[in-house]
Amino acid sequence: MRTRTGVVASMLAAVALAVAGCSAGAGTGTDTPTQTPTKHAVTGTVTVFAAASLTKTFTQLGADFEKANPGSTVSFSFGGSSDLVTQLGAGAPADVFASADQKNMDKAVSAGVVSGEPVDFATNVLAIAVPPGNPAHVTGWKDLAKPDLKVVVCAPQVPCGAATATVESKTGVTLKPVSQESAVTDVLGKVSSGEADAGIVYATDVKGAGKSVDSVPFPEAKDVVNTYPIAEIKQGQNFTGGAAFIAYVTGPAGRKALEAAGFGKP
Amino acid sequence: MTPRRAPASTGIPGWVLVVAALGALFVLLPVVAMVTRVDWTHFVALITSPSSVDALLLSLRTSVAATAGCLVLGIPMAVVLARVPFRGRGLVRAIVLLPLVLPPVVGGIALLALYGRRGLLDGALPIAFSTPAVVIAQTFVALPFLVLSLEGALRTTGQRYEAVAATLGARPSAVLFRVTLPLVTPAIVSGSILSFARALGEFGATLTFAGSLQGTTRTLPLEIYLQRETDPDTAVALSLVLIAVAIAVVAVAHGAGEPLRRRPRPGTAPRGASRPAAGATP
Repeated sequence: MRTRTGVVASMLAAVALAVAGCSAGAGTGTDTPTQTPTKHAVTGTVTVFAAASLTKTFTQLGADFEKANPGSTVSFSFGGSSDLVTQLGAGAPADVFASADQKNMDKAVSAGVVSGEPVDFATNVLAIAVPPGNPAHVTGWKDLAKPDLKVVVCAPQVPCGAATATVESKTGVTLKPVSQESAVTDVLGKVSSGEADAGIVYATDVKGAGKSVDSVPFPEAKDVVNTYPIAEIKQGQNFTGGAAFIAYVTGPAGRKALEAAGFGKP
Repeated sequence: MTPRRAPASTGIPGWVLVVAALGALFVLLPVVAMVTRVDWTHFVALITSPSSVDALLLSLRTSVAATAGCLVLGIPMAVVLARVPFRGRGLVRAIVLLPLVLPPVVGGIALLALYGRRGLLDGALPIAFSTPAVVIAQTFVALPFLVLSLEGALRTTGQRYEAVAATLGARPSAVLFRVTLPLVTPAIVSGSILSFARALGEFGATLTFAGSLQGTTRTLPLEIYLQRETDPDTAVALSLVLIAVAIAVVAVAHGAGEPLRRRPRPGTAPRGASRPAAGATP
């Protein structure tokens, strides 16, 4: 008994330290409880459906949110935005939906599952990812039209591919991709494995991939911005929690985490 | 067939029949549910779009090639596993069956690790993003089906006729082609069907290893996966096409294999004995 109490006590101490470390790291300079932007205490489970590209950032934000709101739990389902909309339309229980593009949020709105007005909370631009060391010596966007270069992009049906097509038409550069993938992660995989000489992904993907890919300057991408909207879901079980999580994501803590991951301001 | 079979005479407990029926429904109902979602008014237009047709033709082409690859590699593998006693045979068999239990994505990663530009072969085979890469991925995942069904059949038929043929002076190759393989033709047919079906449905390894480009590497499952993003109607319509192709293949092959299957399957010596001898004479 005694030893167990000791263990629990030291675990609590460790957790307390971790919390202290995190809130110091969050750099807001305030104590954890006062970070909560809501008037009422948030409890229970907040279920968040979020685009796959938000996985890392939102997982971290969810942990921080739980610490800021003792008694609350954030449960995530990450996936392709269109998949998530389909699931929401089929009645999947969620409190919050964060989409990787406007189009899928519009779909959710017209499906009648969104409550209130979606809020834009982040932006993302395209980036040219190359294998580490840039073995094919890709210098930039115009370079990608070279016929002997193996370029992998997203299919035009998915958001990153649609954005790529927009950059193509804006710049008049036509790519001859060797593969049009269904997901941006598949593009990244082909680049990091060295199969492709270059791939068009999001800036956040390059950042998140760390040392497994490099990137080359891509100023042409600046005009094609992908906006991430977030909204509450009608069939949600935890309205207060959902609103609090959205406030947290759009607030200073969320802003900081998103920026650290390479997302731009909305 | 079914109405003729009276449950009372089978000696099988009634509850087994009930659970079996539930099992059949478990498989059938999702497919039926999907069929109800088909947009019949636009069905033909959806499945005859250039991207759909390209995907279907590519799938059929690559699956046939993969099945051929399975036959070429798999028949000798099954013969060795069934007939040649050697140390570590169990281990080899486990390795052969590996693609069966591996998640296809893992298979794709493994193929990439060997054939990829930075793979063990150092990019000696420049097949990335090409149709041969699709065939390799499909053959990889489909091979165990052929080996498994053929090895089992070879074991059950036994070696008596082979021994007789050998004592009559037939060379090993002649024994293989005129006795061993004719005896297991039904298993070769059914193994090929399974392999073809597996190749047709291959998704994960292809996606990881070969990429996705219309007409080159985007097979029907990849096309369905992509269309689902924007056009669920097309995805459902193409899914139905895939099911129809699968059913057609199984039905045709089953019909072709039926007379053959009848012979050795009963397993009893007299029936199985007369046939192979007849099959071996011509």
